[in-house]
Amino acid sequence: MLEISSVQAGYDRTTVLHGVTVTVPKDGVATVLGHNGAGKSTLLRAAMGLIKPRSGTVRLDGEDITHLAPHQRVARKMAYVPQGQQSFPHLTTAENLRLVADGRPDGGAATAETLDLFPALRELSGRRAGLLSGGQRQQLAIARALITRPRLLLLDEPTEGIQPSVVAEIEETILALTRRGGLSVLLVEQHVGFAMRAAQQYYVMEAGRVTSSGEGGTAAEQAVRAVLSV
Amino acid sequence: MTVILNQSLTGISIGAVLLLIALGLTLTFGQMGVINMAHGEFIMAGAYTTYVLQKSISSAGVSLLVALPVAFLVAGAMGALLEWLLIRRLYTRPLDTLLVTWGVSLMLQQLARDIFGAPNVQTAAPDILTGNIALGGGITFANNRLFILGLALLSVLALTLILKLTPLGRRIRAVVQNRDLAEVSGIATGQVDRITFFIGSGLAGVAGVALTLVGPIGPTTGTNYIVDAFLVVVVGGIGQLKGSVITAFALGILQSVLEYSTTVSVAKVIVLVAIVAFLQWRPQGLYTLRTRSLA
Repeated sequence: MLEISSVQAGYDRTTVLHGVTVTVPKDGVATVLGHNGAGKSTLLRAAMGLIKPRSGTVRLDGEDITHLAPHQRVARKMAYVPQGQQSFPHLTTAENLRLVADGRPDGGAATAETLDLFPALRELSGRRAGLLSGGQRQQLAIARALITRPRLLLLDEPTEGIQPSVVAEIEETILALTRRGGLSVLLVEQHVGFAMRAAQQYYVMEAGRVTSSGEGGTAAEQAVRAVLSV
Repeated sequence: MTVILNQSLTGISIGAVLLLIALGLTLTFGQMGVINMAHGEFIMAGAYTTYVLQKSISSAGVSLLVALPVAFLVAGAMGALLEWLLIRRLYTRPLDTLLVTWGVSLMLQQLARDIFGAPNVQTAAPDILTGNIALGGGITFANNRLFILGLALLSVLALTLILKLTPLGRRIRAVVQNRDLAEVSGIATGQVDRITFFIGSGLAGVAGVALTLVGPIGPTTGTNYIVDAFLVVVVGGIGQLKGSVITAFALGILQSVLEYSTTVSVAKVIVLVAIVAFLQWRPQGLYTLRTRSLA
């Protein structure tokens, strides 16, 4: 589905990714784990086109998308939920969603389906996104991504900084989405248990390099925890 | 009392002109963070569009009505072209943008001199806009000023509705608030920038049409107003329409009342000192919204 091959990328003169190769299987989940500063978020930003790789390629279903702008990747059914529960704070919840639904023939139906996944957002439709709690903002961020009906979803630490009750809800929704098929996910996550439960493939990153990888699943969780505790 | 009321009405009409000019800047400077020194020349383009149309349409009233949309399109197209040719390459270099657009401003002024000549030219106002309305008690309001006030308020209303209710407005506000997030939400932010610049510059063209009603127009017509218009946007709070509306009228009335009790120059100095003092106390202006950094 998504092949990130030997990507080197960074900011200004700093190189963050040193030839990273990660593959997301079709209709499957790949997770990237690692400590803070390992380059996980930079990898997702490079995959989405927010930073240009200095070398290496990004391919989506065989098509080289390395030099496409982020909005062109969205048109190819990629979606991205960035770190930090990002929203458009001065737009209402409804406007945040309509922004993505505007101009899409199936925008209304996709919004209704997505709100079925996050019913709490219906009651908050008139509230400015900047006034929502962290968990509500994250639900809004995931909903915004899902309205595009993506084939590939990039999730950057979706449970970070969110109260435990909402974390469980978000985890359940993501697991349900991956189980129903037709969606591939590249998940960056600190919460190892959830990540390994969701993923068919895992990658551990350290200092901008993939240092360990393998098949996902709960059986591999202890091995990954051992690698991460070093 | 009559004098103060008359001066206040004059101030409101000055404020209406300032508001019309500042509206476009609220978008291009306020929302996008671009210091476009050629904005004044888009005003000039709108004014000369009226002049040219009046040469081919004999009725002053019809030519004025035709000039409003045509000037919007002419100035808007000039703005979009400038954005596409130069400004989009300089978004991360605000000082370079300032210098480049200043150069464009000088070139456009010279182009106007080459085409229309250096002396100012006069357009005819429709008869209906030449008189005064008596409000009673010796208070009068010039018809042309009333027209400009109406035009300014209509433009504010139209812009507010576009920004609040249309998909384009949502996209413009989204790009201002979080450019990267807008891009990954599927919005072609470069295209939104160009359309925003088109509307902002087009509004300058409409302001140019209005200026033909208050006096002769020439190659430096827009430049004469541009500093005041930037002040309106900065004091109002960058990126905030309501701040620009309040500030334009407040500055207009203050300037007008002070001019009566002192002189034009002293009034200007007092207004500028008041603005500096206000910005020391409230650097973010009346209202605030995060925009692309100018740092």
